[in-house]
Amino acid sequence: MLEKAIKGSALYWIWLLGLLAVIGAGFGAYLTQLEHGLTVTALDRDVSWGLYIAQLTFLVGVAASAVMMVIPKYLHNHQAFARMLILGEFMAVATIIMCLLFVIVDLGQPQRLMNVVLHPTPSSVLFWDMVVLNGYLFLNILIGWVTLQAERKRVGPPRWIKPFIYLSIPWAISIHTVTAYLYAGLPGRDFWLTASMAPSFLASAFAAGPALLILLAFAVKVFAKWDPGREAIQSLAKIVTYALAAYLFLIGCKIFTAGYSMVPDKLAHWQYLYFGLEGHTMLATFMWVSTAAGVTALLILLFPKNRQSDNILAFACVLVLICTWIEKGLGLITTGFVPTPMKEVLTYAPTGPEILITLGIYGIGFLIITVLWKVGIDVRKEIEA
Amino acid sequence: MKSSRRKFIKLAGLTALGWSVCPSLASARSNRYRKIPGALKADRWAMAIDIQKLSDEVMQKAIEACHRLHNVPDIDSRQNVKWIWVETFKPLFDDQVHAHQMEGKEKLPLLTLCNHCDTPPCVRVCPTKATFKRHDGIVLMDFHRCIGCRFCMAGCPYGSRSFNYSDPRRFLNNDELSPDYPTRSKGVVEKCEFCAHLVDQGERPACVEAAEGVLFFGDLSDPDSEVRRVLRDRYSLVRKAKLGTEPQVYYLI
Repeated sequence: MLEKAIKGSALYWIWLLGLLAVIGAGFGAYLTQLEHGLTVTALDRDVSWGLYIAQLTFLVGVAASAVMMVIPKYLHNHQAFARMLILGEFMAVATIIMCLLFVIVDLGQPQRLMNVVLHPTPSSVLFWDMVVLNGYLFLNILIGWVTLQAERKRVGPPRWIKPFIYLSIPWAISIHTVTAYLYAGLPGRDFWLTASMAPSFLASAFAAGPALLILLAFAVKVFAKWDPGREAIQSLAKIVTYALAAYLFLIGCKIFTAGYSMVPDKLAHWQYLYFGLEGHTMLATFMWVSTAAGVTALLILLFPKNRQSDNILAFACVLVLICTWIEKGLGLITTGFVPTPMKEVLTYAPTGPEILITLGIYGIGFLIITVLWKVGIDVRKEIEA
Repeated sequence: MKSSRRKFIKLAGLTALGWSVCPSLASARSNRYRKIPGALKADRWAMAIDIQKLSDEVMQKAIEACHRLHNVPDIDSRQNVKWIWVETFKPLFDDQVHAHQMEGKEKLPLLTLCNHCDTPPCVRVCPTKATFKRHDGIVLMDFHRCIGCRFCMAGCPYGSRSFNYSDPRRFLNNDELSPDYPTRSKGVVEKCEFCAHLVDQGERPACVEAAEGVLFFGDLSDPDSEVRRVLRDRYSLVRKAKLGTEPQVYYLI
């Protein structure tokens, strides 16, 4: 099936070349980082995780969108998703690869990566994150490829793949849960030390993932001249609405606990996040944009009429992505570290090389999505022709 | 008949393999806990800092002795490496501070270092066991196993860990290198090690030696040790006791 990836229009190749250019720039920046160490980043003794780990956190969420179609299709026989499911699975593959790359570029000694496997440590959540991320990657490659191949041969998927499909459901939940546990189990990091971390990760994931999927589906409609189906997109829009509402509700719960208890250690982080402390207000500006985007998106999506209009739906989905990306990709990680254990307040602003490396990895992700979706959509076109 | 010859050869092969592997396994095991003659021994090492006797001079002496011995670079940025350093009372004991403290006590400069916790979160979160707790309670680092993921830095509630964002050797003077402790490479985490390498040679930590009579070091499980004696006689605090990490650096008030 892979041969379909090397037969495309001029636009397809220009897009791939553009992505390769971004990847090249990111790779160049990564070589500098390898040479000089993580000193090329804005990380320091206090804010020791930054943009890279934040992207891991955000993308783990996006990877989940597949399960939001697997559950309706396989557990509720909602056949609207049958045509589009493969796209969700392939997107999960690309996003998990991005996640793994973000972990690798964050390591001080990337050549020792295999130490995690050579000296397995079940007490470390990072060890389990490695297990669940790689497992989910494997599951999605396997399920996606096998079901697509079966469809191409116009036969039903083999029976042995069913257990893997059912396994992928709890496994998708596990990747968020374990990633949330990276943060939620650390004594002394009061901003993260809350049971609502994992539920909140799940809610934002089930909003952001399907929102991106809807946008990419619209792009496919325009560029690949293939319609994933109106009913599928409408079902996804409903999922985004519910998940976004749950997500905003959970943020409200966290703010209530900190705000009403007025425990300084909890409250200080939220003050830093939304108002800034000691003049460090950069993050606060972003956070208000995030909150405004989230609330506006919910107000739009709540009305079925808005969801039914493609343009308004697309706009709302962009807002959802802005909201969740700022919260996970910028706010959540830094705020866990500030105020520092010594009660210092500071601003973490990523450097040029950090941003280039990040863009490079996103480039790789979009390249993988493009190629895999090209294969998937061409196969579907072949069947439906 | 044929199959029984095969079986015989298989069995003979396995036996030979077993004979060659087992003795080396056994000897590997016996070497594992090599006893060092003359080492100081304890079930639980701990330190007590007499804050009434701490002066700027004593603190600088302790820091200097430690950082010189361990080749700790002095980097003028937030990416600095610190093993033992000065912080004031307020950030160290934030949960003990109120608005009407004795004059100047909030700004009282104190020494801080790794607390060598009894239940260390850094050890729990490390994905490669590069940081680990010894039988005598000292929390150590294996610089050659650390992958530089910095999970331990997020896990430590005391800010006691530093990461080598760049090559630390760039900031060290080659002529003044201490031969008694290795320099580190970029990309690994490091911290105070209670001078485990000195303890194993029968000596006390460098900072304790340098700050004569102000820092106490000893076995917490021994009721007659110096540390136990000062803890019995004086009121003491540990940092962030409520987190349950059980810090083993005590501040004598």
